[in-house]
Amino acid sequence: MAQFFQKGANNIARITMIMGVVVAGLAFFAYTQFSRSSYITGQYVELQQPVQFSHRHHVGDDGIDCRYCHTTVETTASAGMPPTQTCMNCHSEIWADSPYLEPVRASFRENKPIEWERVHDLPEYAYFNHSIHVAKGVGCSTCHGEIDNMAAVSQENTLQMEWCLSCHREPEKFIRPKSEIYNMQWQDNDITAEERLKLKEDYRIRSRDMLTSCSICHR
Amino acid sequence: MQDLKEIQTKIYPPMVEGDHTFGTVSDKIGDLALKKRTPFLWYVGFGISFLVLQLLMMSVTTLVAKGIGIWGNNQPVGWAFDIINFVWWIGIGHAGTLISAILLLLNQKWRTSINRFAEAMTLFAVACAAMFPLLHTGRPWLAAYWLFPIPNSMGIWPQFRSPLIWDVFAVSTYATISLLFWYVGLIPDFATLRDRAKNKFFKFIYAVLSWGWRGSARHWHRYEIAYLLLAGISTPLVLSVHSIVSFDFAVSQLPGWHATIFPPYFVAGAIFAGFAMVLILCIPLRVWFNMKDMITNTHLVYMGKVMLATGLIVVYGYAMEAYFAWYSASLYEWFMMKNRMFGGPYWWSYWLLIICNGASIQLLWFKRFRESPFWLFIISIVVSIGMWLERFVIIVTSLNRDFLPSSWAMYSPTVWDWSMFIGTIGLFFTLLFLFVRFLPIISIFEVRTLLPDANVHGHHQDFEENVVQVEETYDRTDPPNN
Repeated sequence: MAQFFQKGANNIARITMIMGVVVAGLAFFAYTQFSRSSYITGQYVELQQPVQFSHRHHVGDDGIDCRYCHTTVETTASAGMPPTQTCMNCHSEIWADSPYLEPVRASFRENKPIEWERVHDLPEYAYFNHSIHVAKGVGCSTCHGEIDNMAAVSQENTLQMEWCLSCHREPEKFIRPKSEIYNMQWQDNDITAEERLKLKEDYRIRSRDMLTSCSICHR
Repeated sequence: MQDLKEIQTKIYPPMVEGDHTFGTVSDKIGDLALKKRTPFLWYVGFGISFLVLQLLMMSVTTLVAKGIGIWGNNQPVGWAFDIINFVWWIGIGHAGTLISAILLLLNQKWRTSINRFAEAMTLFAVACAAMFPLLHTGRPWLAAYWLFPIPNSMGIWPQFRSPLIWDVFAVSTYATISLLFWYVGLIPDFATLRDRAKNKFFKFIYAVLSWGWRGSARHWHRYEIAYLLLAGISTPLVLSVHSIVSFDFAVSQLPGWHATIFPPYFVAGAIFAGFAMVLILCIPLRVWFNMKDMITNTHLVYMGKVMLATGLIVVYGYAMEAYFAWYSASLYEWFMMKNRMFGGPYWWSYWLLIICNGASIQLLWFKRFRESPFWLFIISIVVSIGMWLERFVIIVTSLNRDFLPSSWAMYSPTVWDWSMFIGTIGLFFTLLFLFVRFLPIISIFEVRTLLPDANVHGHHQDFEENVVQVEETYDRTDPPNN
């Protein structure tokens, strides 16, 4: 019986097998990259806000403390978005006629809150509380980056679960003295590892097992 | 002389009846796949199966759109039809592996004419089974990293200490090995079909599938090694897969599940259910395809005996479950067992199970029933129902009476529970009908090895003479056609 395929078909078979492995490997690599890309996570993506508010100017240049606007960061789950009245504390006096601030004045006149675009959007199934993180020595810039240098705020981190866990598994690498919580220039190695371990004890941060248990975040 | 021959055929009944030669075997089996005209009854059977398959498609679509709330399971009966059906299907697959691997290693000639479609049955049953764990997550597109340890952006793995993840590995290994085993066994037959096919398209397909098989001595040498290796790998799977499925239950602390008897009792149950399904399929098949000379009555009797043996092990399992519940002196265990057998709302399912799996197989002690294809068929159907009930009893009666009486609740399946289960039966038979139409349902080359032509001693061509010759030359215990 004559062979159905020419001898060259052997090469096709071999190439198919090799390419199968190569393509599968490439596809897997693409998957790992894509699933962590800003397209998926929104990291570094700047959003168009209703007012061109600059954290760089207010925090960096003017030196306003985070808590002046985000008033509930030490006491509740949400850090709190300031009401328009907070803006008007100053802007009824300075830059009071600036066309940039017209949406703020409109909001104040009509008593309608400004609808900011949410930058850090955690899924509903993840429970997050600002106050406990602040109370245990996690500074703003650890998660939010150098806000004082951001004209438009964007997500500094992926907010993916592996990112949360990277700290929950070893919080002693990221904590700082409570006096430095709102210090935007703080670096993790400004104090030694031993000092951080000591802080972990002082704050009574719970064990790794406790911090990584499912129901800590998924309640 | 005549007596000797009779004794000989009695001890070693021929596994291929009639006057077959190498050529007629190839003709007979090969033509089933190659013939131009598809029999009308095939269209009827395939059509019905395909319609039922649409029921599955509809159920899955609704499930994905609406979520698993369309099913009847809810606390405390968190597992119900999804897991019952999974275990039922996966159990059915086991006969295929047992026939192809263990009986091969044990040199049982009678496996030869049933192994091909038993293996196909295994694959199709595993396909049906695998749908349930995938779909019971409610979001099958996410199930990939829920079930498999795929690196992901969550920074976690599935729980390796849970039998559920062992189950994923067991079943996926099982599916892979079964597929390879089936495919490797098919290669020489694909080559036969390639050489015989007239239609260019089918010739091409069979040529691709046969990987350039020429049947040279080197090919056969490698083939035999590969086949034996795969049989060796499959053999532990027969025991391990259903053991691990039983761990899904036995590792938990629930009364009615937490029993050491579970692994062996599940394995025996799987083989029991599998042989029942093989009988259900091959009894009509051998009639419709006129294959009684290759799937002989002897085959059916042997399978009946395996069913009786494994069935008795299963019945022993039921007895031990009840005994353990009493002997454990655990209040909860004993309450569960009493609730399952007498007081509880599902008591009828337990006794129906005992009738289906325990009482019905006692008929197989009698030659009259064992040797009647009709009765074997009926008993097999009853056993298949019984094995489904077994999982129902284990899962539902254990769960519906929680530790806290305030949590007690009844379970009843919804329309979607039933439609999905019936739908998988449609999938199973759709695949099976495609298989019997386009592939050789019996291993052509292996059946050839059973023919007297394949065992020529000296110049004797005639089988009967050959037997006598062997009889005179060798020890009685030597099988004549070996």
